[in-house]
Amino acid sequence: MTSDTTQALIDGVLAGQRRSLARLITRVENRTPDAADALAALYPHTGRANLVGITGAPGTGKSTRVNALAQTLRRQDHTVGIVAVDPTSPFSGGAVLGDRIRMSDLSGDPGVFIRSMANRGSLGGLAATTGDVVRVLDAGGFDYVLVETVGAGQSEVDIARMATTTIVVDAPGLGDDVQAIKAGILEIADILVVNKADRPGVQNTVRALRAMLELGHRLRTAGHHGYQLVPPDESADNEPVYDFWQVPILQTVATEHTGLDAVVDAIAQHREHLHESGIMAERTRQRVEAELVARLREELLFG
Amino acid sequence: MADEKIRVLIAKPGLDGHDRGAKVIARALRDSGMEVIYTGLRQTPEMIVEAALQEDVHVIGLSILSGAHLALVPRVKELMAAEGLDDVLLLVGGIIPDDDIARLKEMGVSSVFGPGTPTDAIAQHIKSTVQSG
Ligand SMILES: Nc1nc2c(ncn2[C@@H]2O[C@H](COP(=O)(O)OP(=O)(O)O)[C@@H](O)[C@H]2O)c(=O)[nH]1
Repeated sequence: MTSDTTQALIDGVLAGQRRSLARLITRVENRTPDAADALAALYPHTGRANLVGITGAPGTGKSTRVNALAQTLRRQDHTVGIVAVDPTSPFSGGAVLGDRIRMSDLSGDPGVFIRSMANRGSLGGLAATTGDVVRVLDAGGFDYVLVETVGAGQSEVDIARMATTTIVVDAPGLGDDVQAIKAGILEIADILVVNKADRPGVQNTVRALRAMLELGHRLRTAGHHGYQLVPPDESADNEPVYDFWQVPILQTVATEHTGLDAVVDAIAQHREHLHESGIMAERTRQRVEAELVARLREELLFG
Repeated sequence: MADEKIRVLIAKPGLDGHDRGAKVIARALRDSGMEVIYTGLRQTPEMIVEAALQEDVHVIGLSILSGAHLALVPRVKELMAAEGLDDVLLLVGGIIPDDDIARLKEMGVSSVFGPGTPTDAIAQHIKSTVQSG
């Protein structure tokens, strides 16, 4: 299983071979010594994919929605890589990864590649290596890479840093609407989706989200401390890049594929907005910086 | 710091409609430290092998209660060979008549586990086979 040379796997990934892709991802996940070299070799081939993060509380229908979103993208002839992250059991170190259950519609489509990942003890919704796995898929030529995470609440900033566009999913009937989406997770949303719009209470959920958005309405800046909310009066002297993106609240019924075209449109509009406003360039700079810091920290701690 | 995990695909081919057994196995293997990809009911051989390829698993475990094992297993094996997955361990769980167990093994199934098999034994079999291979 470890017999392929690193170079053969790199060549395979660039040629779009699925087996090479799968095996290189494993090495990246396992952080084998050659994985860093492979990532360096693939780096010049990355940056093309549209990276979309999808997060939200368990049971909001994230996997079902990723499935529906991927199908919508496929109808528009885009290829789609999917990374679905689930938690590792802290007791055994093992995991049951069940996201494929809701994605079986995508099976047999050569334009789709799905990989399940356990977070392997990482605190956020992502595994420590998720960013690198996404990069391998990016180099593999997928137009879109969708990353579905455990919507734990805190630490979801990880996904916002990695993704071009972050979608936060909520649904009616999860109890207290305000609790269903914690303030912290709302801040990272570029697009809010209320799924299960066929269920009663959908208007309440939309209203609650809108109220929270307005309440938390601050100028978003791409300043030195990351992609954050800064009250207007404080932002005067640090020359922030203003982000006037209006977070849309969209409704979907993932099980019936309703409302997904609007989500795809919103992703495209958001990407365009990032480019035009200069935020994309700033985010890329921040991402490179954050990765460098993370790598250095790891080298110092474990090297 | 290399961090290897045994990855296992548990699949339920065929049309029979419940997967309690498969889920029990999935959880038991998780509890012994493995990463288990569970794909749900009514998987075709094509879906199973495709998932195994993308997930780069060491092991495919088929839970078969329908009696269709003699048709399903050769098809899965054939697709595995076509995708270059000959090094992936193939296990079958379910109600399999004794005569058929030998035939499944001839087809390349590494081991067959009947309904009463303790889950520990399955985990042990996987660990010793994967680590020696
Ligand atoms: N009524 C309704 N049910 C949905 C919708 N989307 C997902 N579900 C169901 O909600 C449950 C949880 O979905 P899943 O995708 O696993 O949620 P996740 O835990 O957020 O990934 C499943 O039983 C889905 O069939 C929807 O739009 N409407």
